Amino acid sequence: MKGNEAIAEAAIRAGCRLFFGYPITPSSELAEYLARRMPEVGGTFLQAESEVAAINMVYGAAGSGARVMTASSGPGISLKQEGLSYITGAELPCVVVNIQRAGPGLGGLGPSQGDYFQATKGGGHGDYHPIVLGPASVQEAADLMMEAFDLADRWRLPVILLGDGIIGQTMERVVFKEPSPVRTEKPWATTGTGRRGPGAKRNIVQCWGLTPELLEPICLREQAKYEKITAEEQRWDTFQIEDAEALVVAFGTSARICREAVMQLRAAGLKVGLLRPITLWPFPGKAFQSLPTSVRGVLAVELSMGQMVEDVRLAVNGRLPVRFFGRVGGFTPSPEDVAERVVALLDEIPAKKAQGVTA
Amino acid sequence: MSEKQVFSRTKGLTGVPFHYCPGCGHGVIHRLVAESLEELGVLGDTIGVAPVGCAVLISSYMNCDMQSAAHGRACAVATGVKRALPDRVVFTYQGDGDLAAIGIAEVMHAAARGEKITVIFVNNAIYGMTGGQMAPTTLPGQKTTTSPYGRDVSSAGFPIDMPQVLATLKGAAYVASVSVDTPKNIIQAKKAIKKAFEVQMKRQGFAFVSVLSPCPTNWGMGPLDAVKWLQDNMLPLYTMGELKTPEEAVASA
Ligand SMILES: Cc1ncc(C[n+]2csc(CCOP(=O)(O)OP(=O)(O)O)c2C)c(N)n1
Ligand code: SF4
Repeated sequence: MKGNEAIAEAAIRAGCRLFFGYPITPSSELAEYLARRMPEVGGTFLQAESEVAAINMVYGAAGSGARVMTASSGPGISLKQEGLSYITGAELPCVVVNIQRAGPGLGGLGPSQGDYFQATKGGGHGDYHPIVLGPASVQEAADLMMEAFDLADRWRLPVILLGDGIIGQTMERVVFKEPSPVRTEKPWATTGTGRRGPGAKRNIVQCWGLTPELLEPICLREQAKYEKITAEEQRWDTFQIEDAEALVVAFGTSARICREAVMQLRAAGLKVGLLRPITLWPFPGKAFQSLPTSVRGVLAVELSMGQMVEDVRLAVNGRLPVRFFGRVGGFTPSPEDVAERVVALLDEIPAKKAQGVTA
Repeated sequence: MSEKQVFSRTKGLTGVPFHYCPGCGHGVIHRLVAESLEELGVLGDTIGVAPVGCAVLISSYMNCDMQSAAHGRACAVATGVKRALPDRVVFTYQGDGDLAAIGIAEVMHAAARGEKITVIFVNNAIYGMTGGQMAPTTLPGQKTTTSPYGRDVSSAGFPIDMPQVLATLKGAAYVASVSVDTPKNIIQAKKAIKKAFEVQMKRQGFAFVSVLSPCPTNWGMGPLDAVKWLQDNMLPLYTMGELKTPEEAVASA
């Protein structure tokens, strides 16, 4: 299946019955697939007049207790930032898929990871974080998409599935997992007071407090939630890091390329490993606390000018030198390109000076 | 002698005191919406969508579930609610800045889709909450804080007559334009608002009621002068009455 279609099918299997979207390459097949599938399962597909409208439709449906999603690519995701800020403020669960394309601006259609900052640092106004998941294969995209709805419901937050043109457009074999049967109760949803039994209190979905006295406690409560998520939801994957001297850090499509590079380097006798963040927010800082002592340096590889590398530096916290390699504009580096940078990193940091070296 | 009660507080309102300025139309219009929902017996089935503007606090006053939308996005939010819960009654309550400026795409497309929601549009010819700036509905020559020399149509353009615009869209089943300047007109406004909910409940299409309303504070007048100003300046400019009813909507479809 094509990545976009697998993500869409996974959403349906996870019980999502409402999709609001606006077409944009390279995410459009997702909407097209759901336009066919939603009527078959008694769901709603609605092509909104804009991404601004789509995300606000998501807000309304999420506030009413439904499992709901939207999908887009960079320029459309930018338009959704207003709604995302409101959705986090109102503590509503929903899933947003970003099949990134190269930016900034209208940019180009090639794969990119240039929306990392926008996705993980909030993106819209105010203090907030959505949960951000970075799949590295079509299979993983489908698996994470199913989990995304559970995570969103559990934490009452939007979950962003951050893919790219390659994840969205590649055809791969997919085996769909059984969706979790667990459904979080939503007693806060606006379903009509009369529908919640006699004497039910009014439910109000809103995200404002016009005085500091009203708003600060709300912000602090949400912050406590973010801290809990950071403690409980960090996920990552490692490949051959046990005795690694060079550690490559990459997510999504660039992680797949890096894995290939690690295998080539291992074949050549170099001790190299890969650390792949799966949750991009919360960033898996824990993974960096227990790195093998053999690691002499870290190379972050991204399809951007260097965004995740900032989180890597924070996680490494000066204990190791951190270098960056990225391609942009829709180009992807080859495994050989990455291998070359790893060799350069190892040459730059001689083994004997490893302890106590800082970037 | 037995006493007959002729007027009481509607169950449609929570009883929380309004924050509106003296002579403001929002309070009256809130009451009309609340009474309509109560009389139709649908308060327990209703989800309202609040705007950004002076009526942002409407969620505190309406005795039903409420969602609060971003500026202009109420019709998109209401669409999401209605599509998730098609058998509920869903309404938006929006000012003229909210609906006719930043939210004009959302209202036009909700109307074009025939979205089965009810939209209450409060036209006071100005941005109230932010201190009296020019709205799309500000009258030619009208002074506001951002049209200090009076709205100059050669640079600021002309006011938009929303009911007239929306009545042209096939998905709009009911479009009415009313005013809350006199008791007679308030009764008229109530009828239109109630009908707009009935149209939704019969699933006939998009229902829209524009209500001309005074904003004494930002017009810089006392409440009585504001009513007079509305009558002298707004009533002649904006199309009034029922512009479209479901019967006509079907006939023209
Ligand atoms: C995106 C955005 N832009 C601007 C504002 C500031 N703002 C708040 S209320 C308002 C105007 C509201 O005017 P109107 O809809 O006419 O309602 P009224 O206050 O007159 O009832 C504006 C511009 C905002 N909250 N959000
Ligand atoms: S500023 Fe105008 S619209 Fe706002 S409450 Fe006062 S009178 Fe009403």
